[in-house]
Amino acid sequence: MKVLWVRYQLLNHLLLILGVAFLALPLWMVFASSTHDPATIIRDGMQLGLSDQFFETYLGVLTEKKGFTEQVTASMMMINSMILGVGFAVGKIIVSMTAAYAIVYFRFPLGTLLFWIIFTTLLLPLEVRIIPSYKVVADLGMLNSYSGLIIPLIASATGTFYFRQFFRSVPDELLEAAKLDGAGAWKFFIDILLPLSRTMMAALFIIMFVVGWNQYLWPLLMTTDESYSTIVLGIKSVMQTIDGNRLPEYNRGFALAILALIPPVLIVILFQRWFIKGLLESDK
Amino acid sequence: MTTLTLNSLQKTYANGTHAVRGIDLEIFDGELTVFVGPSGCGKSTLLRMIAGLEEITSGDLMLDGSRINDVEPAHRDVAMVFQNYALYPHMTVRRNMSYALQNRKVPKAEIDRRVVEAARILQLDELLERKPAQLSGGQRQRVAMGRAIVREPKLFLFDEPLSNLDAQLRAQMRVDIRKLQRQLRVTSIFVTHDQIEAMTVGDRLAVLNNGELEQIGTPMEVYSKPASEFVASFIGSPRINIVSGEVKAGTLHVDGFELPGFSQISDQPVKVGIRPEDFVLESTAKMSLQIDLVEELGSDELLYCVSPTGLDYRIRRPGGSGHKVGENITVSVISEKLHLFSSQSGKRLN
Ligand SMILES: Nc1ncnc2c1ncn2[C@@H]1O[C@H](COP(=O)(O)OP(=O)(O)O)[C@@H](O)[C@H]1O
Ligand SMILES: [Mg+2]
Repeated sequence: MKVLWVRYQLLNHLLLILGVAFLALPLWMVFASSTHDPATIIRDGMQLGLSDQFFETYLGVLTEKKGFTEQVTASMMMINSMILGVGFAVGKIIVSMTAAYAIVYFRFPLGTLLFWIIFTTLLLPLEVRIIPSYKVVADLGMLNSYSGLIIPLIASATGTFYFRQFFRSVPDELLEAAKLDGAGAWKFFIDILLPLSRTMMAALFIIMFVVGWNQYLWPLLMTTDESYSTIVLGIKSVMQTIDGNRLPEYNRGFALAILALIPPVLIVILFQRWFIKGLLESDK
Repeated sequence: MTTLTLNSLQKTYANGTHAVRGIDLEIFDGELTVFVGPSGCGKSTLLRMIAGLEEITSGDLMLDGSRINDVEPAHRDVAMVFQNYALYPHMTVRRNMSYALQNRKVPKAEIDRRVVEAARILQLDELLERKPAQLSGGQRQRVAMGRAIVREPKLFLFDEPLSNLDAQLRAQMRVDIRKLQRQLRVTSIFVTHDQIEAMTVGDRLAVLNNGELEQIGTPMEVYSKPASEFVASFIGSPRINIVSGEVKAGTLHVDGFELPGFSQISDQPVKVGIRPEDFVLESTAKMSLQIDLVEELGSDELLYCVSPTGLDYRIRRPGGSGHKVGENITVSVISEKLHLFSSQSGKRLN
């Protein structure tokens, strides 16, 4: 019995270790390669071992102005991405929460129909409607601005749907108790629904931040001015810098990829703890 | 002084359910009135109409002489204790209790004073900084009461406030609520489907059935002079015996026996109600019954008997009398203790 159990455990762990290796190895190779010089990477391919150029490469991408116009550093791009990611996530949460609040708590004509119309927009991804969206934003003069980057993306059918389901699970008596306690629609939202939704908000924030951070097509169309460029765009532009006879700077591309990875990972780790804490304490 | 008057109040829900069918009722100052009736009879609906949570279809609701049909719940000056307590889960006990006062812009010092006072009365002093999830059922119940007390409302409304507690705690809270209400003298309405709870808690009972008021009166009035067959069988445990009979020329004919002395009742078929404790065991009595089952309740015992015609009777006797199954007993009933109801309308005749 005991031997069998140990074997079973060993097998489990072996499988898990294999899985981790499978996921982590490419990441490691990217990181390891980013510490080599471009010539090595081009000559010998991806590297498994570390080299001595870590500080040079990373300090370089973070502080030297690069890109087509030689105007942006990776730190500026990180800040842009951060603005996009946070604005995207916070905007989506605010818009979908208020939309769901209206749908669940106010009887207005065609409320249910409106909800289903919002819901069906789930079937229309950004790519499908990108040309009209671009046209609208361009006509409004919002190209090359943070608001142009963020606002057209913050309507969220998914978010509205999740918040709607959540609000419907909140007992009616809570609303009634609040009514008797003299809380109007606004106070009920702020004092009661909002704190109860903390867990939902954290969950959506994680997901939406990562989605926003990883946006590629929209920022690419929206920003011709490189000072609005995001880090995800930056990776591409570094790789494309083939001016004259310089080699593509793969090491810098890899370094940008690693840098681009850090904030979403941090957000997930940070908010997940909060998220789980919320789940454990949650009590509707 | 608080008086609440209900004038032919009606409620029809959007789906057509006629939940309240014209209720006239006056709730007196400082009294605890119980709305009692079977599940689905419209008790909660009526209470929620008084609270302002449910629109009134027709009729007038008068609080201290002014019509409040269209007054917002928050401005009616009523506080409600919900069945599931409806405490705000993310707020501490203290905040739960002070929330209504904050919304009313009561000065901070006054809020603190009232919360501390209510906490003292309800023995919640130690729990003020806890969240509802960290409280037992009974404690949550007390917080819900506290939330109502601090408002110092004109009217307290309770919707089955004890139904989520275990039997022992329920009996305890019943007594506590009664004492508290006596102490605070706040006009209160208490909804329950439990007739024992209703009898023990209320100054007066309003017995509801199918959206209508069957009877209003003190617990003793309702018990000893039920206005209808429904009230008679709903109030009282063990249940009253109901048998069919007929009044002919002032004599009641029931289950083969004849009882004179009903000359004020015109000839008609009737239902006869006999409380289990109203049977008298006498050797000279006319009615002979056979014992089918004996239920020992300690202080009392309940005899399930069958008459020669095959009708069942429940008889309540002091405990330890030593009656055996299969034994024959002879009983009689004092005719003043009989309750006679019309077979057609179910209304009381005597
Ligand atoms: N929101 C509602 N919509 C339609 N019918 C309802 C609603 N609430 C209650 N009812 C109906 O009204 C009747 C009375 O309900 P209720 O007042 O809750 O009874 P009770 O509290 O006495 O058990 C029931 O038949 C119930 O099904
Ligand atoms: Mg009810």
